[in-house]
Amino acid sequence: MKEVDARGLNCPEPIMMAKRALIQSPEGIDITVDDRAALENVTRFAKSKGYSVEKKESGREWRLVIRK
Amino acid sequence: MEKDIRIKLKDMVHSSGCNAKLPPGDLRAVLENIPHYSDEKLIGGYEKNDDALVYDLGDGSVLLETVDFFPPMVDDGYTFGEIAAANAISDIYAMGAEPMVAMSLMCFPSCLPLSVMEEIMRGAIEKAKEAGIRIAGGHTISDREPKFGLSVTARIEKEKVWTNGGCEENDALVLTKKLGVGVLMTSFKAGEAGEEDVGKAIGSMRTLNKKAMESARDLNVHAATDVTGFSLLGHSSEMAEASGKSIVIDSSALQFIDGAYELASEGFLPEGRYTNEDYIGEKVSFSENIPLPLKDLLFSPETSGGLLLSLSESDAKKYIERMEGKAFIIGKVVGKMEKDILVI
Repeated sequence: MKEVDARGLNCPEPIMMAKRALIQSPEGIDITVDDRAALENVTRFAKSKGYSVEKKESGREWRLVIRK
Repeated sequence: MEKDIRIKLKDMVHSSGCNAKLPPGDLRAVLENIPHYSDEKLIGGYEKNDDALVYDLGDGSVLLETVDFFPPMVDDGYTFGEIAAANAISDIYAMGAEPMVAMSLMCFPSCLPLSVMEEIMRGAIEKAKEAGIRIAGGHTISDREPKFGLSVTARIEKEKVWTNGGCEENDALVLTKKLGVGVLMTSFKAGEAGEEDVGKAIGSMRTLNKKAMESARDLNVHAATDVTGFSLLGHSSEMAEASGKSIVIDSSALQFIDGAYELASEGFLPEGRYTNEDYIGEKVSFSENIPLPLKDLLFSPETSGGLLLSLSESDAKKYIERMEGKAFIIGKVVGKMEKDILVI
């Protein structure tokens, strides 16, 4: 599955990266974020496009498993 | 000077407009720790969360002082100058006064041509002229990111000052601009917002709250503020708290700039949406039927937003007529409840 590293980036950059990655890999992506706004916004974006989102937290980072 | 159209001011900054405000909880933590020396002439300062300080001149009038500056949310210097000026002067209108004079604050990167600074200043000067005032000097420093704003002074009869703390039960709450600027400008930065919708957001930000203030001056305004970085819910909550009342916001009466709701539904939300909820989330309750994008919009920072006025229902109706479709009743004031704000 396509991996996206959006750590260290502020909104709207992570959501733009998620959008681009999902166009290339429509079946899903795994994206890592370390900013709460990025976590929330990418989750909202993926759900609005009909994807399921599973969140795995480790410390101050979140890995979002986004699947069709 | 020739205008350099390749420069994209908004891409030079990490956050922009009133979204660049420090998270309110952080600011409060600092304000609680610093000494507060009283001055009997200082009848309104930052402990009251009002829009400007109020200094008693002792002759029946008061001096109002406010300062506001932020990084650009648009690419064009002139438009940025207009927006920054309209936003800064708004704090004076929110106190019910006419501005008198202003000074500018400019942070400017050495990598940019000076023509950009000139454009920012031109935009601000013309907007200040529209407000009937001059920008009489200022201060400029070199900085990595551009930022601009004004310090604005006004003088008004002491009895005529509007504060944020006089809401009365059964007052109607009136808002004078549509919401959604913060969401649209975040989406604009992401390249997702429609050109026409962005144009409407920019048009809203560069509009002075002059008419909004003047149309209410002969009415009995019980409380007033303007809606900026702390969001509609944040500023309403400050008003409710300062008045010892609660406010019920009718979600069906709220108006949003075209495109804002759809973009909020897709998650194009400013960072301030989350820090605002951290600060005031506990003071707000939502009816079960309120969808997430609506909550997101109500917690999102606005830049150069409208005035929020608390008036009797009959005065509110007169005001709405005078504003010719540019103001809406969005809720009412009720007795103190457990929460400051209830969104139904």
